[in-house]
Amino acid sequence: MARKISMKQAINEALDQEMTRDPSVIVMGEDIVGGAGGDGERDAWGGVLGVTKGLYAKHGDRLMDTPLSESAYVGAAIGAAACGMRPVAELMFIDFMGVCFDQIFNQAAKFRYMFGGKAETPVVIRTMVGAGFRAAAQHSQMLTPLFTHIPGLKVVCPSTPYDTKGLLIQSIRDNDPVIFCEHKNLYGFEGEVPEASYTIPLGEASLAREGRHVSIITYGLMVHRALEAAAQLAKDGIDVEIVDLRSLSPLDIDTVLDSVTKTGRAVCVDEANPRCSIAADISAQVVQHAFGALKAGIEMVAPPHVPVPFSPVLEDLYIPSSAQIAAAARKTMQGARQ
Amino acid sequence: MADTPLGLSKSELLKAYRTMRTIREFEERLHVDFGRGDIPGFVHLYAGEEAAGTGIMLHLGDGDRIASTHRGHGHCIAKGVDVVEMMKEIYGKKGGSCHGKGGSMHIADLSKGMMGANGILGAGAPLVCGAALAAKFRGKGEVAISFVGDGASNQGTFLESLNLAAVWNLPAIFVVENNGYAESTSRDYAVAVDSYVDRAAGFGLPGVTVDGTDFFAVYEAAGEIIRRAREGGGPSLLECKMVRFFGHFEGDAQTYRGAGEVDDIRTHKDCLKKFRHEVTVAGVLSADDLKDVDEEVAALIEHAVREAKAAPLPTEADLTTDVYVKY
Repeated sequence: MARKISMKQAINEALDQEMTRDPSVIVMGEDIVGGAGGDGERDAWGGVLGVTKGLYAKHGDRLMDTPLSESAYVGAAIGAAACGMRPVAELMFIDFMGVCFDQIFNQAAKFRYMFGGKAETPVVIRTMVGAGFRAAAQHSQMLTPLFTHIPGLKVVCPSTPYDTKGLLIQSIRDNDPVIFCEHKNLYGFEGEVPEASYTIPLGEASLAREGRHVSIITYGLMVHRALEAAAQLAKDGIDVEIVDLRSLSPLDIDTVLDSVTKTGRAVCVDEANPRCSIAADISAQVVQHAFGALKAGIEMVAPPHVPVPFSPVLEDLYIPSSAQIAAAARKTMQGARQ
Repeated sequence: MADTPLGLSKSELLKAYRTMRTIREFEERLHVDFGRGDIPGFVHLYAGEEAAGTGIMLHLGDGDRIASTHRGHGHCIAKGVDVVEMMKEIYGKKGGSCHGKGGSMHIADLSKGMMGANGILGAGAPLVCGAALAAKFRGKGEVAISFVGDGASNQGTFLESLNLAAVWNLPAIFVVENNGYAESTSRDYAVAVDSYVDRAAGFGLPGVTVDGTDFFAVYEAAGEIIRRAREGGGPSLLECKMVRFFGHFEGDAQTYRGAGEVDDIRTHKDCLKKFRHEVTVAGVLSADDLKDVDEEVAALIEHAVREAKAAPLPTEADLTTDVYVKY
């Protein structure tokens, strides 16, 4: 029986093991050690939510607290990556990407192609995503579609501690820039994780649940909501298959199409706002490549197209629920294409 | 070592002149060929500014990194990027520095420590912090240099980078190439301080201003700053006051410039004329020495243009290489 650890611990372990394995791996970000220059503990915080706690004691100055200057330090991580390092930059919340977006989408994403294949940019930008923390409009977004839209970036958003460790290690070893999205409401989620180092390839979806009747395609926290929905639906004899995309770019569309071809029904679930979302993209690709297999129209479950609200009652309404997902699945079971 | 009154050996002076002459010839030729419609896209020329890039880059090796600007041809040449490959790149041809995928604004050669010209103003400064950080970890005394114009010196990326470099004590150097114009807007209008030395001081960095049309002044000031960075003394800012012979981009009518302004700077502030004067008056290089270089460079640029025009175009297969395409 493997031990169980939280997603937060899985991230910490992945960073620790890669820093131990490869001296070119460095980690930087705001408060990631937490305590630089003060009179108290040198590593007081270990990140705002303690994800990198304890790494400074082992790896010292390869972990660097930064000024609150996202453009400068995210750009520095990218520049160091182009010069032989493997930096992992922590950008506290994906909502802060606006401050340093140029460095990500005009610099990191472009180097390899724009320089004719002569540059590699092995940088990972770890960032918290998602709602449910009562953190309101500027600390709760799921901006995965923004990054998935940009060629040259890879985008990962795991749902379990096991996937998190394997995907983060793979992302650090990958030679392209990776936006590694960690759902803040999954940090405490526990699961079985081997102690030894291992990798999971980017661009491979997994089946969180196998089933025959309807395919739910999603990622991140929504995988868990889909699992809850599947449990409800099973009571009514509806057998749900859940495709956990795990990485959004590259995207394992083959697994999605195989599943939809098998079940004939698709529900695309996204915590991102609906317009130009991952769910919209998957829906379009399913229609394009597996239209003939569909027994019903594709359903899409996403928040309303509004910013994330603060009031807990509103935020709970905003986040797609297992009941909404179950209702969408039931709808596909009723619909019969002629 | 210096064996002349000018502090550089004859071969170093010939190298400096050859570099500046190559940049001038390259840019003057592009000006003509662009006007003829031979070259696609946007082109920003470095003519008039040669002494700055050359005086700085002579202190660098391939392990030292630079990040350039949209006006990057001169930096590329001075950093040792192959001139024929550059010309092919500007023509959008196969065999260009970036296989025709970058163009004038994005020429790079990482093997020469050239991290790219950049279409985004000020974007190179954070990247150079990273290059300097990598150099610090490597511990071989390498440095990294960010070039910005006076215009991009107002970008947040640049200002943040000054602070980060100072906080981390990085072997980073920030060169402000002050040619008096941010595109069409005067530096005096758009930069609130009179002196970049003051701006550097505000971020905790030493700053120096030099006449960027004086190769020897640039060479000396850059040497001191680069030596300090190599020895762990941290970052600095170097302002080079210089002049732009052409417009912001090719095709710019430059009606924002005063009457006779360009004629005046070409007459009185031409860094190549100044260099020729200094070395010949000092008796270190003869007019014949310089003429030999002029002829050699003219032949090189002619060769580069011929090669670029003859080079094959990229094919459809090249469209989807060098990036992860499958989605």
